[in-house]
Amino acid sequence: MARGRVKRLFIDDLGANNPVFAQVLGICSTLAVTNVVKNTVVMCAGLVFVVTLSNFTVSSLRKWIPSRTRMMIEVLIIASYVIAFDIVIRAYLPDISRQLGPYVGLIITNCIIMGRAEAFALSNPPTVSLMDGIASGLGYSYVLLSIAFVRELLGSGTIWGARVLGDWWVNWSIMVMAPGAFFTLAILIWIVKGWLLKREQGRSE
Amino acid sequence: MSEGIGLFAIFFAAIFTDNILLTNYLGMCSFLAVSREVKTSLGLGLAVIFVMASTSVLNWLVYYYILVPLDLTYLRFIVFIIVIASFVQIVEMIIERISDVLYAALGIFLPLITVNCAILGVTLFMVIRDYTLKAAFAYGLGSGLGWALAILAMAGIREKMARSRVPRGLEGAGITLIIAGIMALAFMGFSGMINLN
Repeated sequence: MARGRVKRLFIDDLGANNPVFAQVLGICSTLAVTNVVKNTVVMCAGLVFVVTLSNFTVSSLRKWIPSRTRMMIEVLIIASYVIAFDIVIRAYLPDISRQLGPYVGLIITNCIIMGRAEAFALSNPPTVSLMDGIASGLGYSYVLLSIAFVRELLGSGTIWGARVLGDWWVNWSIMVMAPGAFFTLAILIWIVKGWLLKREQGRSE
Repeated sequence: MSEGIGLFAIFFAAIFTDNILLTNYLGMCSFLAVSREVKTSLGLGLAVIFVMASTSVLNWLVYYYILVPLDLTYLRFIVFIIVIASFVQIVEMIIERISDVLYAALGIFLPLITVNCAILGVTLFMVIRDYTLKAAFAYGLGSGLGWALAILAMAGIREKMARSRVPRGLEGAGITLIIAGIMALAFMGFSGMINLN
């Protein structure tokens, strides 16, 4: 039974219940780091790491966390993991750390992490919460990565820093700047929502 | 004199060329959720201006007078978030005591602000860019004004749009993001004037 449940978690978080599409949560960093695929991968790794471990920790401590101060405690747990991640990338990937700037620290206020802790980890056992953390982290990551892919490809003609489009390509520099991020996410949401609406219609008929 | 100009440049840039919402994408969650009406946007905008200006100064003091001397800068994320959360809590209690009108206007928005990433973002930018205390204040105030300006403009547009027909898949978040993109384009027009960083 537990396995079926975990499987459903993954399907939910990666598909229809994806936090970015369904609830439009946590998009600050979605927009800010997605102009280059490489930075996005690092950011996603950080996010999966933090959401997984904070979910696990909150869930393990859930019987001892007083409900009045639970938000504060959750934030502190999340912040500790973010600090750990920040120290690691500062040591091993100093360039990327500099480019990401404040956005690593801003993982703390990413609503997805807090949302998972509140909505899931507080009422479920540690192992399932751990799985839920991985699933929602991955669900978030693949959206981020697809946005980064589009933006880097159209904005710089490269993927992961390597030239993909030839000399004939004129960079849409708007894509690596702020408006490009808004437009790409909006169009992606449109596509996914349109597809979901169509499927719903098909079902009800 | 030149310091005054520098401060003004930071203040101006924080509102227009380096708008915290439209170029740094911070505070999007509440921006998308609350921008439906001008009235509520105004309340939230004012609360953000006040909290941003105050917390950037508070965090500056905490960072340079407590964390740096004690060599605890690696704890800054935790400390900043605690400062912001407790500040918001205290302000909420004070407002509740002294003025019902003010509480009705701003009080309900204060809890929302703790999780607004723009507040923490302003603090982090200010530390990364090594601002002085005055510059931190100018930056915090400017960013707050910039955020309020963006959400007010968005709420105005969305109120007008309430009666227009939007493709179903774009309703809500989608169309708001597209408008935000167009607004960001407009704000980019300022970008030749002053540059931060």
